Amino acid sequence: MTRRHAILLGPLLLFLAAAYLIPFLGVMRWSFTLPEPGVQNYRAVLADPLVQSVLWRTLRICALVTVITVAAAYMLSLIWVRSGPVGRLLVELCILIPFWISVLTRAFGWLAMLSNRGLVNTWLQGLGIIEWPLVLVRNEFGVIVGMVHFLIPFAVFPIAASMRNVDERVLMAARSFGASRTRIFWQIFVPMTRPGILGAALLVFVFALGFFITPAILGGGRSVMVAELIYLRLFQSPDWGLAAALSVVLMVGVGALIAMLLRQFGERTTPR
Amino acid sequence: MTLRPGLLAGCIAALLAVFLMMPLVAVVPVSFTPTRFLSIPTDEWSLRHYRALVENPVWGQGAWLSVRVGLASALLSTALAAAFAIGIWVLQPRFSGLLMGLALLPMVAPPVVSALTLYFFLVSLSQFNEIIAYDRWAGVVLAHVVMVSPFAVVLISVGLTQLDRRMDLAARSMGAGLWTRVVRVILPNIRFSLFAALFLTFVLSWEEIAVTLFITSIEAVTLPRLMWMGLRDNIDPAIAAISVLLIVVVAMVILAKTIWQVRAGRGGG
Repeated sequence: MTRRHAILLGPLLLFLAAAYLIPFLGVMRWSFTLPEPGVQNYRAVLADPLVQSVLWRTLRICALVTVITVAAAYMLSLIWVRSGPVGRLLVELCILIPFWISVLTRAFGWLAMLSNRGLVNTWLQGLGIIEWPLVLVRNEFGVIVGMVHFLIPFAVFPIAASMRNVDERVLMAARSFGASRTRIFWQIFVPMTRPGILGAALLVFVFALGFFITPAILGGGRSVMVAELIYLRLFQSPDWGLAAALSVVLMVGVGALIAMLLRQFGERTTPR
Repeated sequence: MTLRPGLLAGCIAALLAVFLMMPLVAVVPVSFTPTRFLSIPTDEWSLRHYRALVENPVWGQGAWLSVRVGLASALLSTALAAAFAIGIWVLQPRFSGLLMGLALLPMVAPPVVSALTLYFFLVSLSQFNEIIAYDRWAGVVLAHVVMVSPFAVVLISVGLTQLDRRMDLAARSMGAGLWTRVVRVILPNIRFSLFAALFLTFVLSWEEIAVTLFITSIEAVTLPRLMWMGLRDNIDPAIAAISVLLIVVVAMVILAKTIWQVRAGRGGG
């Protein structure tokens, strides 16, 4: 390290080391020392029925959200990349405006839509279709709707990028050999955009795992996911050791998934 | 184009577009409700929740705190990120991939893990001082700098890849020192990336909630923190009023940018 290195690279790296890396080591120490030294917190992660049920719920919701989000994002990207200028513009606005609006406002928007006196229930009752309001939030349904809504833009960007990379001449060749539209789509277009689909799926899954605000507001404490459990164990029924152990496990899990994402990305870029 | 989306795909996409916009639209009627709880107004519309935003000083204080925190974290994180990204570009150090990974860590780590980590950081600092501490605005600034500087690093690094290395080599061959090269050659050429980084880091800090929730309680109440408190227990329709204002600002900025782009695209052929 020369002095020039130190002046340019030093400030950010030192700051992150002091404010992020060392405190994370402290959090890891908590997970082994609170409330008493030992590995009981990790045993709780593996065996405690409550923690287990939260972990399974988190994985289930994340898997479901990933599938729905990627399917929806694929349809939107298709219009965004391959339709006329008007459709393209409309899709772009419908993706970008929600993307720039904060997670709190969007979660509140879903409360305004789905709660007992929200838009959906008011309309349905006004039309006489239902007598009593449907329970659409403060349960898993509300959490899934809110998460899908938040994550769609993040899935659209990688999928649309992979669609733009599809060589038009390949599709034209298929057409000239007499392939039908359906066949071109399923046997040529979709396989050629596979890297985008996989990348988007991993990205959405990783994001969903650490999700906190949307489940906390739309789940109403009834479908707690792992991030909210960490918050609760820190501030409501304190068990700092368990909160720390859950964070370490979450960090390791996400790290493994990101390593997969990078390998996937590497495979895609090396042949070119 | 060989594969134009058909009618079915168009219809599904239209439904999805409605799905994406609907919650933002639903906020509008709620903000005009005359009741003290979340509801859709039927016969009477009222401005009481907009009045509450003006009359109740907590909203103004929260917004002002968020502006100050946002400006401070935007300036600090952009400065740190610019020095780092320029350092990587000019010096091309060994292990630059590893250093970059380290700088981007807070962006890829789950927000709740970062929140717990920064909580640990600020609680530890609270034992030594009163200023950069838990539930203090300077503490919030430092935590936000950790969270948003990776985004500035990405933007500025992308800007630097567009920069012609020969320009820097020319300056160097004419005897310019590192300082001169950075200030007179590199910085002026990446000024758009710097402005973009300032803007993005301000917006990210302005709406940051996951970390802020862990590191503040009653003293440093930013606007998102205030909204969170109004959302958790009894849903306060004043949240709807503030949401409408935020949505209108974002929608106007994006519409203006899109119209400008469409016009520029036509003008350029």
